[in-house]
Amino acid sequence: MIINHPLLGPRDAAEFVYLGDACLIDRPDWQAEDAMERFHDYGYLRDNPAGEHRELWYHEQGDRSWLVVTRNTLTHEITHVELARDVARERGRDK
Amino acid sequence: MRYSAFRIFMEGLTGNKGWKPAWREPEPKPEYDIVIIGGGGHGLATAYYLSKEFGLRNVAVLEKGWLGSGNIGRNTTIIRSNYLLPGNEPFYEMSMKLWENLEQDTNYNSMVSQRSILNLFHTDGQRDAFVRRGNAMFLAGADAELADAAQLRRELPFLDFDNARFPIKGGLFQRRGGTARHDAVAWGYARGADSRGVDILQNCEVTGMDIENGRIRGVQTSRGPIRAKKVAMCVAGSSGRVAAMAGMRLPIESHVLQAFVSEGLKPVLPGVITFGAGHFYVSQSDKGGLVFGGDIDGYNTYAQRGNLPVVEDVCEGGMAIMPMIGRARLLRSWGGVMDMSMDGTPFIDKTHIDGLYFNGGWCYGGFKATPASGYCYAHLLAKDEPHPVATQMRLDRFRTGNIIDEKGVGNQPNLH
Repeated sequence: MIINHPLLGPRDAAEFVYLGDACLIDRPDWQAEDAMERFHDYGYLRDNPAGEHRELWYHEQGDRSWLVVTRNTLTHEITHVELARDVARERGRDK
Repeated sequence: MRYSAFRIFMEGLTGNKGWKPAWREPEPKPEYDIVIIGGGGHGLATAYYLSKEFGLRNVAVLEKGWLGSGNIGRNTTIIRSNYLLPGNEPFYEMSMKLWENLEQDTNYNSMVSQRSILNLFHTDGQRDAFVRRGNAMFLAGADAELADAAQLRRELPFLDFDNARFPIKGGLFQRRGGTARHDAVAWGYARGADSRGVDILQNCEVTGMDIENGRIRGVQTSRGPIRAKKVAMCVAGSSGRVAAMAGMRLPIESHVLQAFVSEGLKPVLPGVITFGAGHFYVSQSDKGGLVFGGDIDGYNTYAQRGNLPVVEDVCEGGMAIMPMIGRARLLRSWGGVMDMSMDGTPFIDKTHIDGLYFNGGWCYGGFKATPASGYCYAHLLAKDEPHPVATQMRLDRFRTGNIIDEKGVGNQPNLH
């Protein structure tokens, strides 16, 4: 697979480390009333769809950026690549 | 029809006209006591033990494709019970004992061959870990044997003992481990279940679940609706998709594992051998091909094929312990979809929906577990309580902190 890095251009997926579902960006509030339940779901439950999947890849053997890659789990086709930093800021994270 | 040498002899004299199909092709009935989703090894084993050990025969197995078209026909056929943790090892040892009697039990030649499995170690620390694992195996009634490099040099002289990076210091044998003929396992269980009245419905894909007031009523399928008192999911790599029909999110990701077979060779490998410093395992099939594999590709996928970097990694592992493998040509490679759980350990449990049960999360260790998985799942379905060796394989173990993490890498499915 080739991942089209937003800053570096097309890179071999072997340069990256895979973390998983991009919902891992949305870390729950540890002070919430139901923090235990939410951290269980955050840490252990996954959607695991057959089709389009947004997921986190880390460019370990490159510029060490985190990417959000939109990839089809049936065909391995990659349709969209963003910097995870930008995705997190869009969702209201300050850093 | 009972299979025997005498039967083969008699059929040979009478033109082989008496053989019958090994199972029926029934039409779906409108209702069953138990519907099992998934006609792979585990689903068929569950149906077999339900009908044979627990006397429940109003059972259907629904299979999307043809019987045994998933991972039961795509694995590297290794059977073993060399686990460490108390939540696992008694279960796998039960499976090993069922393997040892499988052919007599099902009256079907599953070609179970206890040709031994050897896990190599390459450092002193790894040796200590393997001694501990061997002792854990003894505690569960399994066999284990620690071999030093001198013994291995006599038994397996072709290994690369003096590899500069990963010298072989010894290994842990399980002599009772080995291989089995994977397709025949599915066929044997299917024939045994069918002969006791279980309906095996092929080309019958589940498209929805009928759930009313927190209770399962049946399933919608490509061959029409089927009502059921109990529904048992048993779909390995498709667990996420099927459970989503019941509104469930699972502690599972689906990954692809590749496997490889070389051209046919004269006998060179007496048993199964695994590399301790990378991920590589190899055995030789009865046809002569070297059957081997290694790590999963490491990203979520439902495609039954992988990518080249892992092919290279697996072959490097092979070359590191067994340089002669470089002379063999690769004949075929393929991939299967693995239901990788968050701690590397499977689930055999009820769900939060009454009458709906879940069996999955087998990672890439499902084949060896087939008999015990079927037996324990049948026990759970028949009695509504877990079999004693499967009490810890619960869906809620992450909530309660009772994870069973053999490898100790945490909630990162692609590392198990």
